[in-house]
Order: sequence, then structure tokens, then C-alpha cells
Amino acid sequence: MSASARAPGARVGPSKATQRPPLRLRLAARGIDGVTLLVLPALLLIGGLFVYPFAYGLVLSFTPKEGGALANYVRYFSDPFLYDTIWTTLRLAVPVTVLNLLLAIPIAFRVRLMRHQRLLTTILILPITLGTVLVAEGMLFYFGAQGWFNRAIMLLGLSPVPVKLTNNYIGVFLSLLITGFPFTFLLTLSYVTGIDPALEQAAATLGAGPRARFRHVFLPLLAPGLAITFCLSFVQAYSVFPSAVLVGEPSRVTRVISIAAYHAAFEEYDYSMASAIAIIMAVIQLLIVGAILACRQFFYRGPVAGTKG
Amino acid sequence: MAIHSAPFRELRLDGVRRDFGRLSALKGLSLTIRQGEFIALLGPSGCGKSTALNCLAGLLPITAGSIWLDERRIDVLRPEQRGFGMVFQSYALFPHMTVRRNAGFGLTMRGVPKAEAARRIDEALALVRLGEQAEKLPGQLSGGQQQRVAIARAIVIEPPLILMDEPLSNLDAKLRLEMRTDIRRIHDRLGATTIYVTHDQEEALSLADRIVVMREGDIRQVGTPAELYAQPAHLDVADFMGYRNRLAGRVVETAADRVTIDLGDGALLTGLRCEDLSGTGIIAVRPDDLSPAAAGEPGVDATVRAIEYRGRDFHGLATRPDGLELFFRSDTLLETGSQIRLAADPTRALVFAENRA
Repeated sequence: MSASARAPGARVGPSKATQRPPLRLRLAARGIDGVTLLVLPALLLIGGLFVYPFAYGLVLSFTPKEGGALANYVRYFSDPFLYDTIWTTLRLAVPVTVLNLLLAIPIAFRVRLMRHQRLLTTILILPITLGTVLVAEGMLFYFGAQGWFNRAIMLLGLSPVPVKLTNNYIGVFLSLLITGFPFTFLLTLSYVTGIDPALEQAAATLGAGPRARFRHVFLPLLAPGLAITFCLSFVQAYSVFPSAVLVGEPSRVTRVISIAAYHAAFEEYDYSMASAIAIIMAVIQLLIVGAILACRQFFYRGPVAGTKG
Repeated sequence: MAIHSAPFRELRLDGVRRDFGRLSALKGLSLTIRQGEFIALLGPSGCGKSTALNCLAGLLPITAGSIWLDERRIDVLRPEQRGFGMVFQSYALFPHMTVRRNAGFGLTMRGVPKAEAARRIDEALALVRLGEQAEKLPGQLSGGQQQRVAIARAIVIEPPLILMDEPLSNLDAKLRLEMRTDIRRIHDRLGATTIYVTHDQEEALSLADRIVVMREGDIRQVGTPAELYAQPAHLDVADFMGYRNRLAGRVVETAADRVTIDLGDGALLTGLRCEDLSGTGIIAVRPDDLSPAAAGEPGVDATVRAIEYRGRDFHGLATRPDGLELFFRSDTLLETGSQIRLAADPTRALVFAENRA
């Protein structure tokens, strides 16, 4: 290691050619140089905002107010009022994500052929920028017992009593659908438009009808992207909180896992328990995302253009 | 050879129009193609040749007119019902399928039994000399190999018509020459009928039985390569056939089929009359047919600006005092800056009326 001990950039004479090149050159060969330092701010941010709190929470969850290290977890999985929240949340997040994806795909296929794509995209982004609270408020007015929707339905004689669409499962489901769709759609659209249109034309000239073109050409090329879209949309839906409280029935049918964590932290002031619930939530998300991403490897993941370069 | 081409007598385009909004990309194309022909659609970009091909394939609906395969009207059919083989400029191979599955895609769609499909795929891959690469993905192949897969994929379905949209434009010069020979060989071997779109006159001349020269959505001339080369019917066609010098002037003498044009200052060039002339005309001369004049012969005086060695002879650029450029050929090396008199071969120079475009 004598070479690396020398000042960087020192000349290596021909007689020392057999020695190892200076450390700087060896690092540069691996792609590490001064520019690599630019990664530091990002690393600091990730460490400070993500790794540290996560590690802190993990440790906190194993140091309960009373009992052994696993007391919080034991309590969580022995109390149906607590462990049922996992199922309650999944029951919302999975169907919403699947439905959003199923809606996004055909709409994206239509939109990719449209001329005023940008206008439509802008309109679709609006619900994202509005935020869940405003959407929930709008839903309460619109779908409420005295809202336009129910008044219209009763006026038309479709139902004698107001249809209950808020403060229950349906309310949260709709809210998640509305706020989640733009995100799912925009991601899907970018994957769909990324596929070379000549591929579809080629398939058509070879005798593939619309259905066969979708099944044999589009779907296999889209699958990895759709898996990613599913994961991101699912994680968003799984951490639902505001709409579950505002347009749901937070004490019963829509008592999602984040409500349980909130309850532990700010009503029982048991941060240790709240941390344990947060960790459980993270593990469930990781399991599902991991499973989906593992399925990705069965699909082709290369470039989706029909040509090289 | 078991793979062959589905038989038919003729393909007829009857007044095929295609408008994009107010713009007319095809202005009533009428053309009859017989089985076994190799047709090149030649023209500059934007002349409608690719639009014509896409209309034939069914990828673009036509605005007016009709397309007939013998007695069957096909312009109303969707592309998947026409059964034409198409080779795209961008290859358009399915990136997630192996070479073998790419080549067999059309057979899978037609529900051809596995054993027969395998036999036909093997044959098609052998024909394009890709048997060894059958299990690779397109991304692992070179550009030329990818285009050969695309050709195999198009011919394996035994289409009555093979459509090629500038298939060689993404390849380097050497590969282009090789593939050109391959494409013609495959065409002959299958007894196929091919429509080949290109903007490269050399490609069209060497490959096609008949060339259709297009300009601004219209057919300018249809003919064999030799006809187009020697007797372009229009100044536009001459332009495309390598008549690089196009010089306007006054008609000073007409004798039988010969016309002499005065470019001004008594600079005289003589050529064959191709159209009726009224006072003025444009003489089109290939650089190869314009060379230093013999002593005392009439011609155009100019100053040599550049001269380059081409092996057998020299190619030069000369300018007239008014800035007019002349491309010419010379057997001897001339000095730049020297004065020369250039004369055209009167049997090969062509005189057209003023541009009618």
C-alpha cells in the first residue's frame, strides 16, 4: 500500500511501474472522484429524515411502557380491535388500487391518441393538488344526505331515501379513488406512451386484432411499469388517514391502521405502542410491494422501443 | 422452398386520396401492380410515398378512392384482415420476444399448427441467414440482423404483397449494399410482389422492376429504371435521377429533336427536346455528361472552383460570373481558378419547358 500513501497525483516512475497506481486513480477507475461528494447532501437528508427516525422508532417500539421488549407487538396481535386494522386497511387499499389501475389502463390507451393531451393531464392533476381534505369536504356536500347527488336521485325517484355514500366504507373508497386516480393514471399514461406505436402497427399487419395486440404486445411490455404503478398507488392508499376520518366511519368500518397509530400516540400518549404500529404498517407495505416486485422478474424489462439505440 | 407468395393477378389503386386536415398528402393515386413485380416508390421526404404505403397496409384510412386486390376491395379492411407483410423503417420488432417468436408472431395469430409453424419459421430464418440467432432477443442483435428478423417476420406469413418502408435507412453504407442484394434475392426466390419506399435513387434503380417517382402527393412518372434514367419525363424526375445541372436559358435554335439554349452571353448548350418549348427552356445535364469542350466547340465559359479525384476521372465545380454553379467531369486535373469552356453531350442533355410545378 505504499503507492496509496503518497500524495495524490505523484508521478510513478517507470521503475515503479509494477507498483499499484495511486489511490486517486484506483478510485477514479471505480467511478469515484470529486463529483461523488455531491451525493453527500442527499445522503445527509436521507439519514436525517428517514434512516434516523426509522431506527429511532424501531428501537422505541421495542421499549414499551411496561413489559418485555415484545410487549407492544404481543398486545397488538392479541387485541382484535388493533390487529383488525390491518385487514380493514387492506380491504380499502387493495380494491381501490386495483380499480384505479383497471380504470387507468383503458383511459390511458384512449388518451395516448388524443391531441389535447396536455389539457386533460392538467385537469387530472387538479385533484392531487387539492388534497384529500378538500376532496373529502366536497364529497360531504355533494354526496351527503342533503347533497345534490341524493336530491337528484330522490327527485328522479330512483330511491325513496337518501343513499348513504359518506361516513362509511363507500365514502373512503370513493375518496381514495378520486385522489388516487390522477397519480395512477399519469404513471400509466407515461408507460403506455413510452411504447413505440410502430409495434402495434407491426402486430396489426401480422394479423393481430385489437385484443391480441393488447395481450401479446402491450401487456407484456407494460407489466413491469404497471407493477411499479400498483406499488406506489398501493402505498399511498394504505397510509390513508384524513379521508378515513372525514368521510369514513373511523370508529368501526374504516378504522384503518394509521388511525390506530394516531390513537396510540395522541390519545393514549403511548409513543412506544404508536411506533410499534408504524413498524407493523411498514412491514405489511414492504411485504406486498416486495411480492409485487418479485413478480416483475417474470416479465421482460428491457427497452420498449422496437429498435436498437 | 416451401414458403412462397399467395397468388393474385394485380393490385389496383384507384384515385387514392389521403388528407391530413386541410393538407392533401396523396392527391388521387392511381397505379396497377402485377404479381411478381418489385415496385419502388421514390421521392423526397414529404412527397406522400410513406403515406401511400401506410394506406396500402391499412394503417391509415384513405379519404377517397379505392384499393383492389383482383376483384376484392381491400381499402375497407383493417390491417389485420389484409394480410400484407410490412417491414418498418424502425424494424418494430417485439423487444420481449425472441427472434423465433418474433418471426412466428404472424403464424401464431393465424393459428397455424405448431409443427408447420416451426418448419416455416426455420425456413424464413434460414432465408435471411439468421438460423443461429433464433433464441436471442432483438436487443442482442445488430441493426442489420434486426432488419433481417423484420423481413423474416413479414415473409413467413406468405403475404401476397410485401411492403417495405425505407428498410435500409438506419443502416450504414456497407450493410445497406449487402441488404439490398439480400432483399432482391428473397423477392426473386419467393416470387413475391414487393412495394419498396425509398428516397435513395440508387436503391430504387438497382432494386426495382418499375419505379414510381412521386412529388407533392402525385405520381410524376412510372417506368423501368432504364427509362427513368435516360428519359425522365419531367424536370422533377430528372432532378431525382441525378441531373444535377439545371440551367435556364433562351431557345436559339431548334433542329429536329435537338434544341440549343443560350444561357446568356452567348453560352450555348445543346440537348434533346423533351417538351414543347416557347422561347425559353431548362437544360438538365448530369455532371458526367458535362465536360471540357474541344477547341472551337461552343459551350459555357466558367471558372474552376474545386476539383476532386474520383479514381477513373475528376469531378469539378465551376462557377459563372453571375454565380451559376456547374458540376462537371474531366479526364485531366484542372487547376482551380483556371478558365474552362464546358460542353454537354447533346444526346444525353435534356431540355424541358420552364418548371411547371
